[in-house]
Amino acid sequence: MNILVVMKQTFDTEEKIVIQDGKISEDGVEFIINPYDEYAVEEAIKLKEEHGGEVTVVSIGPDRAENALRTALAMGADKAVLVNDESLFGDEYTTAKVLAAVARKVGYDIILGGQMAVDSGAGQGGPRLAEELGINHVSTAVKLEINGTQVRVERDVEGDLEVVETSLPVLITAQQGLNEPRYPSLPGIMKAKKKPLDRLSADDLGLSAQDVQAKTVIVDQSLPPKKQAGRILSGDLAAQVSELVQLLRNEAKVI
Amino acid sequence: MKKVLVLAETRDGQLRNVSLEALAAAHVLAEGGEVVAALFGPDSGAHAAVLGHHGAGTVYVADHAALAQYTPDAYAQALKQLIDFVSPDAVVLGHTAIGRDVAPRVAARLGYGLISDVTGLEAGPVFTRPIYAGKAFQKRTFTDGAIMITIRPNNIPAAAPDTGKTATVVPFDVEIKDLRSIVKEVVRKTSGKVDLSEAKIIVSGGRGVKSADGFKPLYELADVLGAAVGASRGACDADYCDYSMQIGQTGKVVTPDLYIACGISGAIQHLAGMSNSKVIVAINKDPEAPIFQVADYGIVGDLFEVVPLLTAEFKKVLV
Repeated sequence: MNILVVMKQTFDTEEKIVIQDGKISEDGVEFIINPYDEYAVEEAIKLKEEHGGEVTVVSIGPDRAENALRTALAMGADKAVLVNDESLFGDEYTTAKVLAAVARKVGYDIILGGQMAVDSGAGQGGPRLAEELGINHVSTAVKLEINGTQVRVERDVEGDLEVVETSLPVLITAQQGLNEPRYPSLPGIMKAKKKPLDRLSADDLGLSAQDVQAKTVIVDQSLPPKKQAGRILSGDLAAQVSELVQLLRNEAKVI
Repeated sequence: MKKVLVLAETRDGQLRNVSLEALAAAHVLAEGGEVVAALFGPDSGAHAAVLGHHGAGTVYVADHAALAQYTPDAYAQALKQLIDFVSPDAVVLGHTAIGRDVAPRVAARLGYGLISDVTGLEAGPVFTRPIYAGKAFQKRTFTDGAIMITIRPNNIPAAAPDTGKTATVVPFDVEIKDLRSIVKEVVRKTSGKVDLSEAKIIVSGGRGVKSADGFKPLYELADVLGAAVGASRGACDADYCDYSMQIGQTGKVVTPDLYIACGISGAIQHLAGMSNSKVIVAINKDPEAPIFQVADYGIVGDLFEVVPLLTAEFKKVLV
């Protein structure tokens, strides 16, 4: 089975955000594989272990994204593609067009990705990519079973569970709970250094920047207003509790 | 004159509040023009009147049997056909399980941009949306073509209903074919519970609840308040509760009117998911816990003592 994983390198979720000159500062930031994409990588490797085949991990991003791809290779993916051509960086419209070009070039029976990236939080990537390729998608999977070309997915729908049947080729987006991503082993890390990683440009993909030009643009980025530290109540516990209830009713007026 | 289309949504037979919020957003985008809405699925037409009270001039009802249950194929085909027919200047959906799934698919089919998870809009139009789960915000505009957005529940206030306003209800025939997904079963785990993303009040537990049983007092408090119950990653990772309850940068981002954090220390990734709540109450044994930095009101104490007292006190004043 030819398994393609689309993934993004993101800030570690414990990072604070600093904005300098209207841009988000990357100084000293720890980067990780987007946690939802990490579930997708793990699931791809499990599929390979069960059904055989090859796992290709793909990312669009600057050269630093190679680290995330190498981590996926160390977990057990076979090869990687990095689109580091800045003329192909844009919005979700752009990203889907570029990933579709990569998917057509690499080939796939199944495509896996996270249900959203924890930085942009848009969650457009999976459905858009499936549409560009003319294939079906099932999002927010918490369980995936493949039997021949038959696919059974359990998906999380705002806390309810939906059982969906479909067939290959299909794109699946991973939700938390799908699996427990493995840590790369030391031999895995050593092997990953030698696994193939292709860097592709617009020319390699037969794309021009104009074809994939973003439909939306960021005009401003800012931090939320800083919260004033609140009131820590004091006194005996029962008195604190009744004071809190009064404050919520009369001062905050939320009850 | 501008025309704006809203895809309204039901869940368990109820019209979702976010659909009324979408109508309010649509009125801003319409700049005095026309707002139309759509309802998908058999029996969905029953909600047309309420959409009318909230300013939809026309409600298109597609009651095709294939729209009874969401699948990307059925909904994308129906929404695409509706957009072709209505030719709106803008399309607004809720950022819900359905909206966030079908909107990007249809945007790609039409070659549109899409701004997801919008929390505010202003003239231009310029759209505000959270990034890094609310650690920061970005403002975005469209450079080209039609406008399509999904809006986050609980952020753009719905207008007060005006029962004097009525919508013209128009049946809309859709052609749906070649469905590639079949929904075999839906296991309701949330029925009877308040939905986290739309909840006005959330009671949330962290590692401090110590066990699955430890959530009991939180549920009792939530019952009295009509609140939803959430959790931190710590509580989910420790198996005290289901991952669907997780609030944070991984998990759900919530903005209720009142967030009561019980036994939650306040890791950065959790704060990202809830610190934009309007009022935050923290209950924690550790006075140094970072959660107190974002809390409006704090009680330093054992949640197993404080929460039952709080439940009893609310019971007294809310009867």
